[in-house]
Amino acid sequence: MIRNVLENIGGIEIYPIISLTIFFTVFSTMLVYVFTRKKKQMDKMAGLPLEP
Amino acid sequence: MEQTSILKEQVAPGAVMDTFQYDNTIVRNFAIASVVFGLVGMLVGLLVALQLVYPELNFGIPYTSYGRIRPLHTNAVIFAFVGNAIFAGVYYSVQRLCKTRMFSDALSKIHFWGWQLIILSAAITLPLGFTTSKEYAELEWPIDIAITLIWVVFSANVIGTLIKRREEHIYVAMWFYIATLVTVAVLHIVNSFELPISFFKSYSWYAGVQDALVQWWYGHNAVAFFLTTPYLGLMYYFLPKAAQRPVFSYRLSIVHFWSLIFIYIWAGPHHLLYTALPDWAQSLGTVFSVMLIAPSWGGMVNGLLTLRGAWDRVRNDVVLKFYVVALTGYGMATFEGPLLSLKNVNALGHYTDWIVGHVHIGALAWNGFFTFGMFYWLFPRLFRTRLYSKSLANAHFWIGTLGIVFYAIPMYWAGFTQGLMWKQFGPNGTLQYPNFIETVNAIVPMYALRAIGGTLYIVGLIMLAYNLVRTAAQGKFLANEEAQAYSRGVIKQNHEGDFWHRVLERRPVRMAVLALVAILIGSAVELIPTWTVKSNVPQMASVLPYTPLELQGRDLYIREGCNACHSQMVRPFRSETERYGEYSKAGEFVYDHPFLWGSKRTGPDLHRLGDKYPDSWHYHHMLEPTSMTSGSIMPPYPWLVDDKLDVSNTADKIAAMRTLGVPYAPGYEQKANADLQAQAKQIAARLKDAGIKADHEAEIIALIAYMQRLGTDIKKAPASQP
Ligand code: HEC
Repeated sequence: MIRNVLENIGGIEIYPIISLTIFFTVFSTMLVYVFTRKKKQMDKMAGLPLEP
Repeated sequence: MEQTSILKEQVAPGAVMDTFQYDNTIVRNFAIASVVFGLVGMLVGLLVALQLVYPELNFGIPYTSYGRIRPLHTNAVIFAFVGNAIFAGVYYSVQRLCKTRMFSDALSKIHFWGWQLIILSAAITLPLGFTTSKEYAELEWPIDIAITLIWVVFSANVIGTLIKRREEHIYVAMWFYIATLVTVAVLHIVNSFELPISFFKSYSWYAGVQDALVQWWYGHNAVAFFLTTPYLGLMYYFLPKAAQRPVFSYRLSIVHFWSLIFIYIWAGPHHLLYTALPDWAQSLGTVFSVMLIAPSWGGMVNGLLTLRGAWDRVRNDVVLKFYVVALTGYGMATFEGPLLSLKNVNALGHYTDWIVGHVHIGALAWNGFFTFGMFYWLFPRLFRTRLYSKSLANAHFWIGTLGIVFYAIPMYWAGFTQGLMWKQFGPNGTLQYPNFIETVNAIVPMYALRAIGGTLYIVGLIMLAYNLVRTAAQGKFLANEEAQAYSRGVIKQNHEGDFWHRVLERRPVRMAVLALVAILIGSAVELIPTWTVKSNVPQMASVLPYTPLELQGRDLYIREGCNACHSQMVRPFRSETERYGEYSKAGEFVYDHPFLWGSKRTGPDLHRLGDKYPDSWHYHHMLEPTSMTSGSIMPPYPWLVDDKLDVSNTADKIAAMRTLGVPYAPGYEQKANADLQAQAKQIAARLKDAGIKADHEAEIIALIAYMQRLGTDIKKAPASQP
């Protein structure tokens, strides 16, 4: 069973560190992505719900 | 209008617009179902609220007793009222954002009827006592499978629509919907791992600490991905629609989306602070919960600022008024959530009515008021007319707001009062209120006030129902709404070098996969370590499997929903060890499929109940709680005395438990019923000594056996420490 396979994972303490690292990376990438968009494109996207 | 003219210039010469029709019938049907089930679900809520003031309203019969119908209330409002409202809004907005009819009318219909059937089966099975006991996932395995199938139908329909869309871009609301589809599927499947014993009974695949962690990973994220992300999607569509202006910042909405789905998934352990859950998991839960405040408030601010410069309209437009209160409620609830995940705040708030207040701010203000605003906006459009009565809608707004206030304030008051009373020590170092019932009776007046708040809110909903019915009657339903748009690709796009834009915003399947990856990473980090049982759950030699009679008794505890009012988790505080005894250790729950830690202490914790009272005390107490504890608001359980225990399934239950890893000796299932009878006779004999003539085959005997076992294992071997 899955339990037995995973039973031997050691160093649980690393998990929170991994979590924060992954989070930080994803978050910064996302910020870079968002703030390099062109304003015109953002306005166009924002206007979509207003079309009938 | 200017939008279209800009687009026209880019259109390839000779291209013609497609004419097609939006399906409004499916939207209308889901909306009606939402209102109808909303009324039913809230009336059941009112009944359970009143039962805490007048226990006679349990009516002394199984089907209406608190433990069974509280889950009926939560399931009805979450999955029937809110669920149907989500589907109504999603079917309306997806078609228009994709500029196409839904992928398949047949799938839409299967989705609608399938969902209503699921709701109906929930409404029948829960009062009958068929339940897994896991909060917001109480439905038994056949219904779980049905939910999975219908969810697949819904997902296929939405993704299919996205694929055949005419609009090039995928608006942010769609992202929230996609994340909802993907995540709810994962949550539901992982949390529903259970081993069937019969058609209506199963055991959770997980036990104890693991089960608790999976359950609250699920429970927390059900709030996130059923009550929050779909509503944010709806907010990003219906708020700009009603305000007739684009969302304040589209950039912010993207940040909002990614950070919300990424952070939410990690925060589940905050439901288990100070429990037997490993410390690192608790801390992780707290850190991410506090971080959640940023995206949540980002979203709220983005919504509210969309109305900047239009506040005069808010005063006159009842739809916008509902939205403003909804967003404010969202902001309050998402501020309070992180607050409650701080350990010291949690120590006070957990298990009290503060939590009930907290979720109702979310449910009544955010989900409820947003739904109402959306329906007031939708119905006149679906029925080609004006709203029947604006002043009635305004009255609904005010009475509903008053209802929320009258609901929330008494609950906060009750929560603080009782939480402090539980912890209060007297001058001589003993508990100031050693009798639990004192802390209950202190807040019963608050329960009464809360019921008034709930009543006001329901009156508002009735006003809405009436208003919408009259609106429909005066208008003419437009089943198929004609629209025109160019096919995708006809309009020339100018995005050279904009690689990421194309990858992300135009590829629904890829979006779905990315969202899936985001939530899976969080889930894995949270769940994998706990699946490695040995390193996390200290083994305790003195902890043994339940006897067959105790196991049957435990299943009665589950059937009656005792866990709706009782926790089985003594936290490591002096105030709790003083009141209940030794605090709970992770290793004590290794055979608990499912775990029964509970989340609310309307009654006292029961983990150290074993040997506290004689069997006869329990007998009298279950039959008529007030006979043992005057002023008790616990429901009576007379049928447990009258009904005979069903022992035909004992062997199957033992065998199933062994499959799940409980060390019953091979072949024990053959002898189990003999052992069961022997133990039952002992208890009946002890009752007889106390002057009670009880049938040893009655259900109550099994329940007493279970209660007397609770938390006693570690007392047998004081040497074993975690
Ligand atoms: C509506 C909430 C509610 C439900 C449901 C409920 N109880 Fe209770 N229970 C209470 C309250 C309140 C008390 C404290 C007053 C009293 O002793 O009756 C209590 C007390 C108890 C006690 C005494 C504990 C002690 O240490 O003194 C036991 C045992 C108990 N309940 C068992 C059960 C069982 C078993 C079920 C399910 C069959 C159940 N309760 C369902 C509210 C509830």
